[in-house]
Amino acid sequence: MTLVYAGVCSHAPGITGRADQADPEARSALYHSFELMRTAIAEARADALVVVAAEHFANFFMDNMPSFAIGMADSYEGPIEDPAWLGIERTRVPGNAELSRRLITEVMNTSDVAYAEEWRFDHGIMVPLHFLTPSYDLPVVPVNVNCQGPPLTPLHRAWAFGESLRRAIDAQPERIALIGTGGISHWPATPDSGKINEAWDRAFLDRWCRNDRDELLAYEDLDVYADAGQGGFEIRTYLAISAAAGGATGQVHHYEPIPIFAVGCTVASYDLTTARP
Amino acid sequence: MTLYATQKFLYQLNRDPAAQKRYASDRDAATAGFDLSDDERRALIAPDIGLLFHLGVNGQILMHFAAHHQIPWADYLQLMRDGVATHGQPRAGVYAVTGYGGVGSADDDRRPTPETR
Repeated sequence: MTLVYAGVCSHAPGITGRADQADPEARSALYHSFELMRTAIAEARADALVVVAAEHFANFFMDNMPSFAIGMADSYEGPIEDPAWLGIERTRVPGNAELSRRLITEVMNTSDVAYAEEWRFDHGIMVPLHFLTPSYDLPVVPVNVNCQGPPLTPLHRAWAFGESLRRAIDAQPERIALIGTGGISHWPATPDSGKINEAWDRAFLDRWCRNDRDELLAYEDLDVYADAGQGGFEIRTYLAISAAAGGATGQVHHYEPIPIFAVGCTVASYDLTTARP
Repeated sequence: MTLYATQKFLYQLNRDPAAQKRYASDRDAATAGFDLSDDERRALIAPDIGLLFHLGVNGQILMHFAAHHQIPWADYLQLMRDGVATHGQPRAGVYAVTGYGGVGSADDDRRPTPETR
């Protein structure tokens, strides 16, 4: 087994881009939780970090929208957004094309996936990396699930993709950390930005921690949109991690709605030692 | 169809410095090659954030267009609200097909037929 860490976290651009407008105490608590996540990944001695994100029309558009895509380059650049807007300097992020190729080749046996030798990271990846590998010295393999442009990736396919990803990771000699980024309830970049459905989020996180497949796949997009906004569609990334965790149970390390960040800020992980056979 | 062209124009503008340069030097010429309605072309050239939101542009694309024009975040949100007040709810795109109803709409109990699957 080479999966050494599995977790999820928020990626909202306000977390770094509007940091000065947040309540300092709430911001510090979130940043501290990101630091604990960074420490956990470091202590797991990960050789690479696979980031399952929901990008936002930075690389993938409706002219050729993949349900799933995996990067296959030795380096990437980010953020694609204005660095001043995001609060993160533009930088080169190391990749590992050879590891990507092995992962993609294995994933393709059970899930259809596009690959990309070019990828300019948007906030969906850059905000987590800013906290989790601040020196940009850990090779990253980017993964995208279409959570933005309908028709969206079905939830059960996101689950199956997570299982494919786990098989691929376990077939490698490297020690690999895996994170999903996004959601949960939010109405990003709309007039409702800042609205957060805390009760819905907490109920979702309870399900995520129990990691019961049927419970997690019971969500319907129509209800998710009504209760959790279009940002709620990003639960696909969380579900992929659940599937990859192989039935392990999880723990929420941090959850707090921060309206100026436009999301209920979340850091959570699975205890891989609790995985069911 | 033209919403697609509007969003594609913005997608390219958001990610391509050469497109940004063309837009900065001549907005009419920059939009000339795109199959746009008169409203869409006018909104892209002005720029009119509220009208673009009404026309259905996804906020994840629109927010970068606003940033490109140095519009602060709070003003960007207000411009969309003003656009809804002036022109009405989004008439196309992900918000329209999922029944987006504007500020506070998530408290509504409507369950329209979405195009999300």
